[in-house]
Amino acid sequence: MSAGNGAAPLVQVEHLKHYFPIKSGLLVDRTVGNVHAVDDVTFELGEGETLGLVGESGCGKTTLARTIMRLLEPTDGTIRFGGDDISSASQRALRPVRREMQLVFQDPFASLNPRKRVGQIIGAPLKLHGRDGDVGGRVRELLERVGLAPEHASRYPHEFSGGQRQRIGVARALALEPRLILLDEPVSALDVSVQAQIINLLDDLQDDFGLAYLFVAHDLSVVRHVSDRIAVMYLGKIVELAPADELYTKPIMPYTDALLGAIPIPDPKRNRERERIVLEGEPPNPIDPPSGCRFHPRCPRATEVCARVEPPLTEYANGHLAACHHPLNVSAEELAAATKSPASPLSAGDELPQPS
Amino acid sequence: MTRERLLDVDELDVSFVTEGGLVHAVDRVSFHLARGEVLAIVGESGSGKSVSVMTLLGLTRAPNARFGGRAFLRRPGGDVDLVGAKDSVLRRIRGNEIAMIFQDPMTSLNPVHRVGDQIVEQILAHEDVLEAEARERAIGLLDRVGVPRARDRIGSYPHEFSGGMRQRVMIAMALSCDPDVLIADEPTTALDVTIQAQILERVRELKEGRNAGVILVTHDLGVVAELADRIAVMYSGRIVETGTLDQVFYDPQHPYTWGLLGSITRLDLPRPERLPAISGAPPSLASRPQGCHFRPRCPHEFEKCPEDPPLEARVDARSEHCDRCWLSPDEKRRKRQVTPNQIGLEAKGAVA
Repeated sequence: MSAGNGAAPLVQVEHLKHYFPIKSGLLVDRTVGNVHAVDDVTFELGEGETLGLVGESGCGKTTLARTIMRLLEPTDGTIRFGGDDISSASQRALRPVRREMQLVFQDPFASLNPRKRVGQIIGAPLKLHGRDGDVGGRVRELLERVGLAPEHASRYPHEFSGGQRQRIGVARALALEPRLILLDEPVSALDVSVQAQIINLLDDLQDDFGLAYLFVAHDLSVVRHVSDRIAVMYLGKIVELAPADELYTKPIMPYTDALLGAIPIPDPKRNRERERIVLEGEPPNPIDPPSGCRFHPRCPRATEVCARVEPPLTEYANGHLAACHHPLNVSAEELAAATKSPASPLSAGDELPQPS
Repeated sequence: MTRERLLDVDELDVSFVTEGGLVHAVDRVSFHLARGEVLAIVGESGSGKSVSVMTLLGLTRAPNARFGGRAFLRRPGGDVDLVGAKDSVLRRIRGNEIAMIFQDPMTSLNPVHRVGDQIVEQILAHEDVLEAEARERAIGLLDRVGVPRARDRIGSYPHEFSGGMRQRVMIAMALSCDPDVLIADEPTTALDVTIQAQILERVRELKEGRNAGVILVTHDLGVVAELADRIAVMYSGRIVETGTLDQVFYDPQHPYTWGLLGSITRLDLPRPERLPAISGAPPSLASRPQGCHFRPRCPHEFEKCPEDPPLEARVDARSEHCDRCWLSPDEKRRKRQVTPNQIGLEAKGAVA
C-alpha cells in the first residue's frame, strides 16, 4: 500500500466517508437521502511524497481533500496525521495540526481578499498562530522564495496576474512551514505557459522543504508530471491507485483507460493514428449510486457480476491497486499473484478477478 | 484549396478607451475561413483572441470601443462588412448565418426560461414558422446533439442540466438556423475530458456533415491537434504565426509558438525533469514594447527585434505559412530544438 519506505506515513486515511445529507420538511428537518461524496476511501501519503487525485467533476476529490483537513466532518472512518487520530479531535486540539497542513485553492482571483495588501494576506497565518515576531521580514523572504519581489508586499491582489496571484497563494500556504499542502486544482485556472512556471515552483519547494503534496486535479497530464503515485476516483470511491508512470502505461481499470483515451494528444499525426474510445453518458447520480461496481452502467466490459458484487481493491505488483472484475493489461501470472488489498471498501466482495 | 470562402477578415483593429489609456486589444488582424474547415485561434488570456471573434458579431460594440479594418461575410445575397454593418443588419446575421458557442455553459443560458423555449425563441426570431413546428425542430436538434429523452427534457430549466448537457443545449441552439459559420469560444474548457471528447465529436460532425466553417478559439493545443485544419497563433493582440495544422506543429517559426508547444505536459512522451516554461508574463495591452511584442520574453532577441516584423511567408514565399520573427528559417530550425526531438523555448538568459 505505501510507497515502500519504513517510516510511518504522514497521512493515513482509513475507510473514510463523507455524506452530505439531503434535508426536507417544513418544520422538522428530515434527512431524506445522502449524497455519497466520499464513500469508504483508504490510502496513505508518505512524508515528502506527492499523491495525485484525479477524477471527473463531482467524483468527490475536493470533498475528500477537505475532509482530511477537517474542514468537513467525516461521517465515518479515521484520519491519522503524523500518527495521531484527528478524525474526531476538537477544534482546540486541531490548532497545532492545522499549522502543519495548508491549502492552495483553484481560483487565484477568488481566494485572496481584494481589500488586503499582499503583506497582510501572507502575514495572516503567522499572526493567527502567534508567530508575530518579525512578520514583515518573513513575508519578504516568502515572496522572494516564490519568485516575487519583496516590495510586492505593499500591493493589492488586483495588481497581479493570475500566475502571480497563485504564487501569493503558495507563499501564504508556506508561511507556517507545513508538512503537507493540499493543492486543489492549483493550475487549472492558468494559461499553459504559466502553468509550467507554477508546477516547476511547486517542484522546487518540495525539494527544498520536504513537503508532502496531495494534488487534486482533473487534468491527467499535469498530474502525471508532479505525482509519485496517482489515485483515480469515481463516484466517491478510489477505483485505481498506482505509481504515476505505471498508471499511464498500464491502466487496469477500464474507467482509467477511458479517461486516458479521452485526452487529446497535442500532436496531429499521433492523433490521426489513434483509435478513440469515446465514453458515452455521464457519471450517475451520487445520491443513488449504481449497485456493485459503480462504473458498470458505462463500462464496455461490464458483465452480470459487475452489477451484483462490488469489486474489491485488488493489489497487483508494484503496489498497483485496482477495483475491477475484468481487469485490463494484466497477465495470468500477475492475476494469480494478486491479493485483496486491506484498502478495499468494507462493502466489497471477497472474490478476486479470475483469468478469462 | 478552392473551397468557397465564408469570411475574409482584413486588418481588423479593436481598441478601448479606458481611464488607464487606450487599450489596443486587437492589432490589425487578418484571417479567412472557408467552408468545411476549422480555423483554430490559439493564444493565452489577453491575447485578443476572444475580442477578435466577438467583434465579428458586433458583441464588443460599446461607446468606448474603436474599430478599424473590415470583415466580409461572403454570402449569395451580397457581401456584408461585419465591422461597419448597422446593428439591425447584424441582428439578422447573428444566430442565423453566424452562430456562437460561448465558453461557460453555466452562465450563457437564461436560468429563468425553459431550455426548449430558448431554442424556439431563436428559431422564431429568424424564420417565419409556426411555434409548434419550431418546437418539433428544437426536439430534433436536442436529439441530434445527444441529449437523451429530448422530448421530455425540452421543458426543463438550465439548472436541471449538467455542464456537458448545457453545452449541448448551446450547440443545439447554435445549429438551430443552420449557420454557415460557427464560432466556438473555448467550447470545452469548463468540461471534463470525457465530456469534452463527446462535444468535440459533435463539432466535427457539424463541419463534415453540413460543410460549415468553424472558428475554434482555444488555448488547449490538444483540442487544436484534434480538430483544426489551420491555426492562427495570437500574442498580445497580433497574429504572430499562421499556417496549416502540420506546418505550425512540426515546423513552427515563431519563438512564442515554440514556447507554447514546449510547455504542454505530454502524456505520450517520457516525462521531463522540468517543464519548459516561458519566463515572464505577457505585456500589458496598454503599453507594449516597440517592435516585436514577444521581445522581452524571448531568449533569441537580437538587434533587429525593436523593428516591427511584418506577418510574411518566410519559409516558402508561395505557402500560407506566415510568421512575425526576424530570425532566418535556418536559425529558427536550429534554435527551436531544445533536444534533438523536442521543440521548445530555452529559458531567457541561459546560454545555448
